Amino acid sequence: MANHVRIASGQGFWGDLQTAPFDQVNKGPIDYIMMDFLAEVTMSIMQKQKKRNPDHGYARDVVPLIEHILPLCMEKNVKIITNGGGANPEGCRNAVFEWARKKGFKGLKIGTVLGDDILDKIDTFVKSGITLNNMDTGESIGVVRERLQSANVYFGAWPIVEALDQGAHIVITGRTTDTGLTLAPMIHEFGWKKDEWDKLAAGTIAGHILECGGQASGGNFSASWRSVPDLAHIGFPIAEAYSSGEIIITKHEQSGGLVSMQTVKEQLLYEIGDPSDYITPDCVADFTSIQLEEVGKDRVRMYNVKGRPATDSYKVSMSYLDGYTAVGTLTFSWPDALEKAKAADEILRTRLNDHGRGFEEIRSEYMGYNSCHGPLAEANGELNEVVLRIGVRAHDHKSVESFAQELAPLILTGPPGVTGFAGGRPKAREVIAYWPALLHKGAVTPKVIVEEI
Amino acid sequence: MKIRLIDIAHGRSGDKGDTANVGLIARKKEYYPLIEQLVTAEKVKRHFKGIVEGGVERFELPNLWAVNFLLHEALGGGGTKSLKNDAQGKTLAAALLRMEIDVPDGTKIE
Repeated sequence: MANHVRIASGQGFWGDLQTAPFDQVNKGPIDYIMMDFLAEVTMSIMQKQKKRNPDHGYARDVVPLIEHILPLCMEKNVKIITNGGGANPEGCRNAVFEWARKKGFKGLKIGTVLGDDILDKIDTFVKSGITLNNMDTGESIGVVRERLQSANVYFGAWPIVEALDQGAHIVITGRTTDTGLTLAPMIHEFGWKKDEWDKLAAGTIAGHILECGGQASGGNFSASWRSVPDLAHIGFPIAEAYSSGEIIITKHEQSGGLVSMQTVKEQLLYEIGDPSDYITPDCVADFTSIQLEEVGKDRVRMYNVKGRPATDSYKVSMSYLDGYTAVGTLTFSWPDALEKAKAADEILRTRLNDHGRGFEEIRSEYMGYNSCHGPLAEANGELNEVVLRIGVRAHDHKSVESFAQELAPLILTGPPGVTGFAGGRPKAREVIAYWPALLHKGAVTPKVIVEEI
Repeated sequence: MKIRLIDIAHGRSGDKGDTANVGLIARKKEYYPLIEQLVTAEKVKRHFKGIVEGGVERFELPNLWAVNFLLHEALGGGGTKSLKNDAQGKTLAAALLRMEIDVPDGTKIE
């Protein structure tokens, strides 16, 4: 049994820094690299892509990123774990295999985790008395049943552990928790048991620290952003995990960025609810038990983490179509920038009203003045310029289109000194709304497949 | 003595649907009690008038010298529904750091 294992964060979201995964494998010792690709709305986009082409439906970045790092990973025995398989982990695996065959790789094992997609089973569930009510509002699934685009269970670490136990070099999953990607290699390496709640919680919290990439190592750091060295070459965080459940958060020496108590704390506080009740499929972690200590340059030790038994439910993430939005911007220059922007906003609203179109919401914000802090923004003297950002939302596409047509005319038929309309008419976009629910763990079983070429 | 939260704290904010969370962290251990006593859920709700439509919840993490706020109905519907420039509430931590608090005269602030 290994005494410690180093797990590196490679991507914090789909579209993250493309150089990060290779740097993590290249610049120092690691044993695993985890890459998180899935946000709440991502699955519905991927479902749509898969419907159009059954070979698609995964994060398209995954394949080139794996191609870039795999030769070095095989040489250094670094394993890759990612949820970038999205709505089609098998399609993603096939694409990697196809490339690997061409390159002459032999003995490459890829594990896939399937079974999280329950879209086709919803009716069966409902018939058998499983409600899938919205866990925030209590509404019945019937309200959105016809408009559902995707429905996925969040699996945790254990299916990934199974793939690693079978010798997979790469594990590609669908909807898996971000934290499970980091916890799984610890369970695999240390043989942690399903009821070692404190250790599972420690690995889960390490996963929470890693899941947003550079946000734990100096990116988006509010305490003293000027003090972070060489953000251009930021090193993503690494969790050095010990079999006891202690974790050291660090990064490669030859990289920019910063790992300190403060950078780690900011990430710990990111997107959490009740900190004593952080629920995952693997355990319930208690963030109020965490102890931190700086033990060297860019090394923060996390210890004393407490966990509680996992609940008997999986979280289900569903998405459904809920109308359309469009957002456009116009730039107003000195003199009277803000006053003119507000006048243009009034004119636009009057014209939309004349059309008799109904909108659920029209929102106007003034970038350079109040688009971030709204009524808390302070007007500090005269603005040199301001951007009117106006958005609309409606259930019918035509209303949103009529708004898109009305924006450009303001340049020649509104107040003077308007520019910044190079992008053309704003595009109407579908609103993909989110439906969270709970599902008893007995209702679905993850399926793990490990294949070798 | 009036100070701003940015003098004694840092933070990070993010989203879960239409709820934003703001983690507020004391820069020093001795500042934590000030935050715990003075930055109540009610005060934060008043501070965010016009931004937060729903309730505000507060959770304490003294081990991290931090408190976590949940700001409900703060993101214009959240997700792809929101028309806000800051639909994910990324700048709400800074908005909270604008808050003025009245600390005892003579409190040492570096």
